[in-house]
Amino acid sequence: MLETRNLTFSYTPQKRFVFPDVACADDETLLILGRSGRGKTTLLHLLALLLKPESGQIVVNGTDLARLTVRATVAFRAQNIGLVYQRPHFVASLSVLDNLLLANYLAGYKSDRDRARQLAERLGFSEHLSKKTTQLSLGEQQRVGIARALMNRARVLLADEPTSNLDDDNCDRVASLLAEQAHEVGASLVIVTHDQRLKERVGRQISL
Amino acid sequence: MNLLRISWANLRDKALSSFLSGLLMALGVTIISLLLILNQQLTEQFTKNVRGVDLVIGAKGSPLQLILASIYQIDAPTGNIPLAEANRLTRSPLIKEAIPLALGDNFKGYRIVGTNQKYLLHYGATLAEGTTFNRPLDAVVGAKVARLTGLKLGDQFAGSHGLTGEGHEHGNKKYRVVGVLAPSNSVADQLILTPVESVWEIHEEEEGEARAKPSLMPMMAAPDQSPEGEGSGEERNADPENSASAVGATEEITALLVKVRNPLAKLTLPRAINDNSKLQAASPAIEINRLFTLLGFGLDTLQYIALAIIVISGISVFVSLYNSLKERRYEMALMLSMGATRARLFGLLLLEGLMIALIGFVAGILLSRLGLAVLGRNVEDNFHYDLNALTLLPEEGLLLLGTVAIGLLAAALPSLGIYRINISRTLAEE
Repeated sequence: MLETRNLTFSYTPQKRFVFPDVACADDETLLILGRSGRGKTTLLHLLALLLKPESGQIVVNGTDLARLTVRATVAFRAQNIGLVYQRPHFVASLSVLDNLLLANYLAGYKSDRDRARQLAERLGFSEHLSKKTTQLSLGEQQRVGIARALMNRARVLLADEPTSNLDDDNCDRVASLLAEQAHEVGASLVIVTHDQRLKERVGRQISL
Repeated sequence: MNLLRISWANLRDKALSSFLSGLLMALGVTIISLLLILNQQLTEQFTKNVRGVDLVIGAKGSPLQLILASIYQIDAPTGNIPLAEANRLTRSPLIKEAIPLALGDNFKGYRIVGTNQKYLLHYGATLAEGTTFNRPLDAVVGAKVARLTGLKLGDQFAGSHGLTGEGHEHGNKKYRVVGVLAPSNSVADQLILTPVESVWEIHEEEEGEARAKPSLMPMMAAPDQSPEGEGSGEERNADPENSASAVGATEEITALLVKVRNPLAKLTLPRAINDNSKLQAASPAIEINRLFTLLGFGLDTLQYIALAIIVISGISVFVSLYNSLKERRYEMALMLSMGATRARLFGLLLLEGLMIALIGFVAGILLSRLGLAVLGRNVEDNFHYDLNALTLLPEEGLLLLGTVAIGLLAAALPSLGIYRINISRTLAEE
């Protein structure tokens, strides 16, 4: 469950964003569309608590994020928010499995190997678990990125252009997997994109 | 999953540059540690054996050589002195005690030293079995000699001429082992002790049958260690000083280890002896000090080189982390977004420097011990001195601290960049 009210942010006085209110209930998918430069990524980073809003309110699962201390913010993000990036980045020196377990570790949870194997199975990269991430194809990497976002059973999944670098087949697959996995844990799924292919798949849309 | 594991994975991921940093660190530690051990062992061996001996009186020549030959039994003696003259000296009221030494023969490379009971007392050597020497040709064998040559009570053996290796064997008169010493961790361990009279007896005999033999000492200055030709006239000419003394030789000894009555005598006695007699008196303390000063110069230089290597290793850690951090900015931002605190990531990077320092230190200490073992065998073969140090020296604790400090500092400087990473911007760039 995610909700924003009167959110604004400015990098400089000239470059100021006023965002429409966004709400995404549990087990719901919201598509945020917009051309580059309209603040899509900025909005996503605000939702992910990577940026502090100039004004306005963000409420996730009933917690007003503005009230959290810096330390609590870090912990809250790690435990409640799963991030999927446009180009998945990993800790290059670690194996695929360890990259998944890293999400547990950094959020302060115990390593959940079963969950990692299960997700790998479901997302179709279980034979790559012991490989380095750089040995995987882009589509596979994106799926590992999704699995990582799901490791802590996040309540809110935020995806930043998750499909823009993928071909149609992979785009299809990643979009379905995202929706499917979000549904499984009953998480709110917010996708920020300019990828027209996703428009037809998701009902609720907001344009910036 | 923990920080240690991630650090380790990072080190392995850039194996070559980690290896280089670790290698440099290990090399520096090896050299410093080796120097520390050698210094400690040398000082220990040298001071232990000098204890109580204020002066050494012997033939004129290099004072350092006289000390090395008569106290440490490593160099050749400067020559022999007539017993009569030595006795005249020891009657001086300034001298408290004088222990005679007669060198010249060996058994399988271990020196046979003619002396008296005071020598045993002086080095606190006690008998493990048997009795002490009483009559000529009685021999008391040092612990190490017994262990390595297999000499036991009742064994008879013939000494060889010279101080090392195989010289001419005195086959006619054989020594008899009457006692074996318990290890005293002093020079006595590596000697065969016998009354001075044994040495005279053996060499008198020799001179009887082959007039050409120098009385006691085949001067080591003569390069030939080969079996000396039985009484060749040539050899006699090669060593005029010694053979000259041999002509009128009655009884001679090699040196006197002297304890004086008062500290002032340490200064006045040598002067009197050096100015007014054919003998010389040398002070072990002064000579050994001189030796260490000479050696110390080289040791210091090496130590600076080793320190430089360690610092370079630190720089190598620095460069390696600095470069990888530039590449890993995104990785760091990612981990920050996943719940890592900056302090934790800083710790992660410090850990990499720390691990290289520790690995380098451990490898360096192991290498230095290995080096010591090799070196020790060499020293053992040549000088019969043991070098061993399996424990850590206190200075090596300091070395550990220094190494760790350099590793941490080298990692900390580039890692401070962690605190300047803008997560949102770093993640958005791409």
